[in-house]
Amino acid sequence: MAAFYQLEFEKPILEIEREIETLEARLAGREPADAAPDAQPLSPDQALRRVETLRAQREQTLRDVYTRLTAWETVRVARHPKRPQTRDYIELMCKDFCELHGDRRFGDDPAMVCGFGRIGPHRCLLVGHQKGRTTQEKLACHFGCAHPEGYRKALLKMQLAEKYRVPIVTFVDTPGAYPGVGAEQRGQAEAIAVNLREMSRLHTPIVSIVIGEGGSGGALGIAVADRVAMLTHAWYSVISPEGCAAILWKQANEQTNTAAAKALKLTARDNLELGIIDDVIEEPIGGAHRDPAGAARNLESWIISALADLKQQDPASLVERRYQRFRRLGQYIETAPPVETLG
Amino acid sequence: MTKVAARTWTEIKPARKAVIPEGLWLRCPGCSQMVYRKQMESNLHCCPECQHHFRVGAAERIRQLADEGSFEPLFTNLSPTDPLKFKDVKTYQDRLVAEQAKSREADACKAGTCFIKGRPALVCVLDLSFMMGSMGSVVGEIVTRSIEAATERDLPLVIVSGSGGARMQEAGLSLMQMAKSSAALARFDEAGGLFISVLTDPTTGGVTASFAMLGDVILAEPKALIGFAGPRVIQQTIRQELPEGFQRSEYLLEAGMIDRVVARPQLRSEIARLIDYTGKA
Ligand SMILES: [Zn+2]
Repeated sequence: MAAFYQLEFEKPILEIEREIETLEARLAGREPADAAPDAQPLSPDQALRRVETLRAQREQTLRDVYTRLTAWETVRVARHPKRPQTRDYIELMCKDFCELHGDRRFGDDPAMVCGFGRIGPHRCLLVGHQKGRTTQEKLACHFGCAHPEGYRKALLKMQLAEKYRVPIVTFVDTPGAYPGVGAEQRGQAEAIAVNLREMSRLHTPIVSIVIGEGGSGGALGIAVADRVAMLTHAWYSVISPEGCAAILWKQANEQTNTAAAKALKLTARDNLELGIIDDVIEEPIGGAHRDPAGAARNLESWIISALADLKQQDPASLVERRYQRFRRLGQYIETAPPVETLG
Repeated sequence: MTKVAARTWTEIKPARKAVIPEGLWLRCPGCSQMVYRKQMESNLHCCPECQHHFRVGAAERIRQLADEGSFEPLFTNLSPTDPLKFKDVKTYQDRLVAEQAKSREADACKAGTCFIKGRPALVCVLDLSFMMGSMGSVVGEIVTRSIEAATERDLPLVIVSGSGGARMQEAGLSLMQMAKSSAALARFDEAGGLFISVLTDPTTGGVTASFAMLGDVILAEPKALIGFAGPRVIQQTIRQELPEGFQRSEYLLEAGMIDRVVARPQLRSEIARLIDYTGKA
């Protein structure tokens, strides 16, 4: 097992996997370099049976661990370096992706990927945050933090899609919009605000899926949609747990991050309960990073059925329903209006 | 509708005690002079020496903007709840009770109709003295209802922002207020409405990244801090000195992000002039 990004709660799983590897290596007639200490010398028959038992055990442990993730553990899974990103899903779902670049004003932000593609029977415009896989790509993408030109590029392409009544699919995966000098100078806030206003009135179906991180306005900037879903181990909230901990607890550490993540109600289930999202899309057991193709299949079938449904609505009622979807969000106490006092 | 327009609002506590300590005299953060509080207050809460703009609460702002006695409040029957049962070192519930006791307000936003130099308008003001003017469900709802009311009544809309951004204690629901208010502005825009957005010190985060930057005309008070991310967050990210005057009104004007920097004494006449030019009087 490569020692990448070991999540503390995955330790029991890693131990089982190591024993499986040791046994399999011995069965293949090799002595593993990194033998598990408790792997008994077994006959080939015994070893095969043991591997089978261990595999079942691994499944069960994965299921147990991943159904009981805390909010903070969910955030860690959502940030897993092997977790599929926008470009991975596009590659897994679309055969003929036609990327479209540039905002026609300033530049081409690699942290925002846009282009036409086909998902099942639907021609669509895909828009998504890209975090980057290699160090070079990560730096170019600012780890998934888009600049104003990224948001403006997204809007430009979405308006193009609207012109031809092509439905829009967005993948949200960002810790937040980029906080930097150039971003502020070029109007980060304005770029996001304009996207919120314009997406609300696009006369074409829009579906959004939070595939990893849904950090604040930077996430919402491409997520004003008719249907919003989250993958099981994604998170979506107004601020990252660390940001929240630093402000409200005055320090971000393991303990305060855990508390902040819980308080922010950022998991898929919490967001579903709050009415912020419409659906939770199941990830394969043990998370999308263990089975990107499986995650892509679930994502794909959700998109296909959501778009089939939305395409039947006429554009005006689509926009009206999208407006009402966001209009009713919020909880407050409303008392009877004050009565005019006489005299 | 109760008429409370003639009330005075001197009981409103200022946003930061460090800036305005109790007492007859206070030190101006602009020029470091000791200024006489009454004189500052009668000067639209600006320093009589250097015109430093002190922060003002929503009620005082409305008193400054509206023709005397013309303000009629709207949506005063909304108050916050604690949908997430949020708890950090304190519960949100306790914070709300403390803020309400301190400010005698339900939440961080006031709206109503008024006349501005004789022109009818719908004004909506965020109140920094209540949880840093942060936007939760109540603020989002009052802003959205204000936009809808301005649309229905064909009134010019003036929103004065001063806010730390979306309210963390209502988390995802606060975030959704950004989409809700921005979508309402799309409809106002389609109806041909005039939205004058006035930005004051400070306007940051989710408020800037939604309705505040969507004004048909955007005005800002001098030297106001306006941005998406706070300067500290930016400094931690880029690990460089920030440019002189970064994220201040004058900097934004130069960057092309706002229309005008307007000093407080001119705000009323500037708004009236814009209403006239757009034919919305
Ligand atoms: Zn002064």
